[in-house]
Amino acid sequence: MALQPTHELHGRRFGRNLGVGLLLAGFVALVFALTVVKVQQGDRGHADDFKGGAVTPIDTASAP
Amino acid sequence: MSDIHAYERAETAPGEAGFGDYVQLLKPRVMSLVVFTAMVGLLVAPVHLHPVEAFAAILFIALGAGASGALNMWWDADIDAVMRRTRSRPIPAGRVRPGEALGLGLALSGISVVMLGLATNLLAGALLAFTIFFYAVVYTMGLKRWTPQNIVIGGAAGAFPPMIGWVAATGHIGLEAVLMFLVIFMWTPPHFWALALFVKSDYQNAGVPMLTVTHGRRVTRNHILAYSVLLAPIPVWAALTSIGGPLSLVVALVLDAVFLAGAWRIFRRDDAQAEADGYRVEKSFFGFSILYLFLTFGAFLAEAALRPWGLGGW
Repeated sequence: MALQPTHELHGRRFGRNLGVGLLLAGFVALVFALTVVKVQQGDRGHADDFKGGAVTPIDTASAP
Repeated sequence: MSDIHAYERAETAPGEAGFGDYVQLLKPRVMSLVVFTAMVGLLVAPVHLHPVEAFAAILFIALGAGASGALNMWWDADIDAVMRRTRSRPIPAGRVRPGEALGLGLALSGISVVMLGLATNLLAGALLAFTIFFYAVVYTMGLKRWTPQNIVIGGAAGAFPPMIGWVAATGHIGLEAVLMFLVIFMWTPPHFWALALFVKSDYQNAGVPMLTVTHGRRVTRNHILAYSVLLAPIPVWAALTSIGGPLSLVVALVLDAVFLAGAWRIFRRDDAQAEADGYRVEKSFFGFSILYLFLTFGAFLAEAALRPWGLGGW
């Protein structure tokens, strides 16, 4: 079967797909990097959850 | 190869826009200003984020601005097609379908708000959501076609990025964030009204109630001077707070002097004089207004950058 010449439309589709692919790869890399940073810093977003006695931490030492 | 035959027959093949067309929907030039002001708001804050968090914050603020740009282009496609300045945009030019712009705008809005909230804090995410809502719904769908004060109130949307940057770093809205907001808020009307003075026919043809169309060009010149006077003290005040210092104070005073002189010259002229020299004063005022904003925020950034060497700040 003879090879078809590449149409301008295919070039545009390739550019679009490549762009979307690179953006998704970048997004995944960014989420991964953010996760690593957040884990290293500790979960500051929930640091105050135990203040005011709303929730009592479990005393694992005296637990049966 | 039926897709190519269909493509060649149709004027606009659905979904066959190039990647650059979708980038254009996000208004990259507006995004570059948003990136700069948000970055300044974030970097001059007293709390410093991890570089990855800071990068993510600026990226998602810019993405949110791009999303509102796409929603704006979706809603305004009819008037964009009439105006010379905007008729080559992807939707009026037929390269992107309106529904694609709507989908892209909504998807990016959701992603940017959620990701900014997760990367920094919920208040920053909520402020970004409000900004997108304000620009896309309050300004684009409401004010823009309804009142000649569209520019004044709509300018708030463009003023939020430095405040969001500040909030992303600190978690709260401080005086400095409000002043950075006010600088852009008060700067927007004279900036755009100067533009409206020399692209008058476009807004008129599109039926957008710009001040030049509804109240006349004399009133617009008066308004440019009035808002320039109201703008002048704000960068000076900001320069006296924790984000300022001697450098930003001098920059603010010099920029204010040049800006006010330009506004005064616009005020003193009438349309006959402006027509005679091709709106030279109005065009140079418009160009300087961009420099004004860039240098004002650049001075705040310089103060923060010099601080580690004991040079910046008070």
